[in-house]
Amino acid sequence: MAATSAVLQSEWTKIRSVRSTVWTLALAFLVTLVLGAVICLVFNSQWDSMSTSDKLTFDPTNTSFFGMTLGQLALIVFGVLVFSSEYSTGMIRTSLAAVPQRGHFYLAKVAVAGLLALVVGMVTSFLTFFVGQALLGPHKAQIGDPGVLRAVFGAGLYMTLLVLLCVGAAAMLRSPMLGLGILMPFFFLVSPILSAVPKVKSVARYFPDQAGQKIMQVVPSSDDHTHYGPWGGILIMAIWVAAALLGGYLVLRNRDA
Amino acid sequence: MIELQGLTKRYGDKTAVDHLTFTVRPGVVTGFLGPNGAGKSTTMRMLLGLDTPTSGDVRIDGKHYAQLSEPLKYIGALLDAKAIHGGRTAYNHLLCLAQSNRIPRRRVDEVLETVGLTAVAKKRSKGFSLGMGQRLGIAGALLGDPEILMFDEPVNGLDPEGIHWIRNLMKGLAAQGRTVFVSSHLMSEMALTADHLIVIGRGRLLADTSMSEFIERNSRSYVRVRTPQREQFKDAGSAAGLTLVESADGSFEVPGADAAALGELAARHQLVLHELSPQRASLEEAFMQLTAESVEYHAGGPGPVPAGGPWQPAGAPGQPAPPLPPGQVQPPVVQPPQPYQGQQGPPVPPSPYQQPYPGQQGQQGPPQQQPPYQPPGQPQWGAGWRDSGKRKGR
Repeated sequence: MAATSAVLQSEWTKIRSVRSTVWTLALAFLVTLVLGAVICLVFNSQWDSMSTSDKLTFDPTNTSFFGMTLGQLALIVFGVLVFSSEYSTGMIRTSLAAVPQRGHFYLAKVAVAGLLALVVGMVTSFLTFFVGQALLGPHKAQIGDPGVLRAVFGAGLYMTLLVLLCVGAAAMLRSPMLGLGILMPFFFLVSPILSAVPKVKSVARYFPDQAGQKIMQVVPSSDDHTHYGPWGGILIMAIWVAAALLGGYLVLRNRDA
Repeated sequence: MIELQGLTKRYGDKTAVDHLTFTVRPGVVTGFLGPNGAGKSTTMRMLLGLDTPTSGDVRIDGKHYAQLSEPLKYIGALLDAKAIHGGRTAYNHLLCLAQSNRIPRRRVDEVLETVGLTAVAKKRSKGFSLGMGQRLGIAGALLGDPEILMFDEPVNGLDPEGIHWIRNLMKGLAAQGRTVFVSSHLMSEMALTADHLIVIGRGRLLADTSMSEFIERNSRSYVRVRTPQREQFKDAGSAAGLTLVESADGSFEVPGADAAALGELAARHQLVLHELSPQRASLEEAFMQLTAESVEYHAGGPGPVPAGGPWQPAGAPGQPAPPLPPGQVQPPVVQPPQPYQGQQGPPVPPSPYQQPYPGQQGQQGPPQQQPPYQPPGQPQWGAGWRDSGKRKGR
């Protein structure tokens, strides 16, 4: 068995030595932060024109994470490319010749991508929260308020899980075109649209992103009838992630490289 | 040592590799030859555990590839030059490979030096030419200082200087006692580098023989005679019991004959000769004849391959090769001059692509064509880090 630390080190070298890593993660950070800040500014300036019910259910924490709807697309690209670039470049043959224990190789890759996403996700979520709250002025939430720390920490966790989901899906699909072509529209269009359609939305709320995003809510929205809480939601997402990672492993183990 | 035992790979109902059994031994360059689509790359991929065999077994020093820990220290492989992430620099590409097998960082600089890529080490490999990519792949193969090296079509895309370099590299590695297994679809290339030859066609083993034996067995020799008195010569030849084959340009080919005897025969009958030259059919021709029935994709029209010429097994020495119909003796494809056809009539200009086969044939080309054999310039190759206590017990 190749030493675990050696393979982890190798995967770290791989991930840090390509430009796409820096670009996608920087983009995810910037888009989430800047878009969240802009939305907070808008709410702050339009506060007086909002209806009373809107004011009552206003969720300052979740509002500051509005930028994640776009920022997560960059995370999807990151997660997909981490794995599928091995296939699209042919590097997979060199990689597996160096580490023929495929489970080992896979775990190292998932661990490195997951850890990097966790660090970037946490930095992004905490910075986005504090910047957003500063711009909300009198309507801001405090990190010590009930459920707020959970929501901010959960946002970082959500970003990490999303990346892992994409890594697993990319390992199953192999081709970056296929991976991006399925995952981007799904998370950007299909899932948000289906979750707004009556009847269908009772199913759509179990989609990984819909369930996972629940953890970022501090004030439940008025039309919320989900049967799971914030941690239940993240657990549902984690199950999706586990399934994707397992599927990716089985494909990698059983198919010719 | 690489051992294949009944190795088979099927894709659906198509058999890519069909019960291959052979052994690749250390100390020599073993050529792995076959036409395109013969299954060479598939075989090499199964060897590296990238593809799972349908049946059969392949072992490296008695172990399956997946059982090797830190396999780059056992076997280095160049599969295809572009099995590299183009966005990564040459240095980082080699570094991540080195780290995964706990090879010290300075080996990366060493192999970059060996393949001559030091100057572009910090450049992203997507800007590399095919030849540079090939060199980077070779650097990756050399990284772990392995005892077994495997190269899939290594001369593809290399310039003459690069081809010369890789030939000498392979010979030098074999001379150090390593196992060198190299695939090609060019017989002429193999004749210059390989000591042992494994030929496959449509996934089946066609020959497993030493290079010199292959040359001896397969180079059909004959004497070409050109005379204005064709009818008289034909009569004289028939009377002497010779087989005369008329070729398309009006000359005769006399298989298995002695040039001196033919000259004397002509003199006895007072015949004018315009040409009397001993010939050897090229190895390329022998190879094409051997693989004729197994070529996957024939070019359209009357091909250069003599149809249905089964390979003559070695069991019949002395038996002259069956005469071929006129027009099929020399393939229309113009082969680059083969220097080991030393007795050929017209002098051929030396070609940078063709070095004489340094075998025991005694038929080597004119001296000016023979470049001095240089072992690759890597005196203490790999010695540095191996003996510095870093080497793990294996």
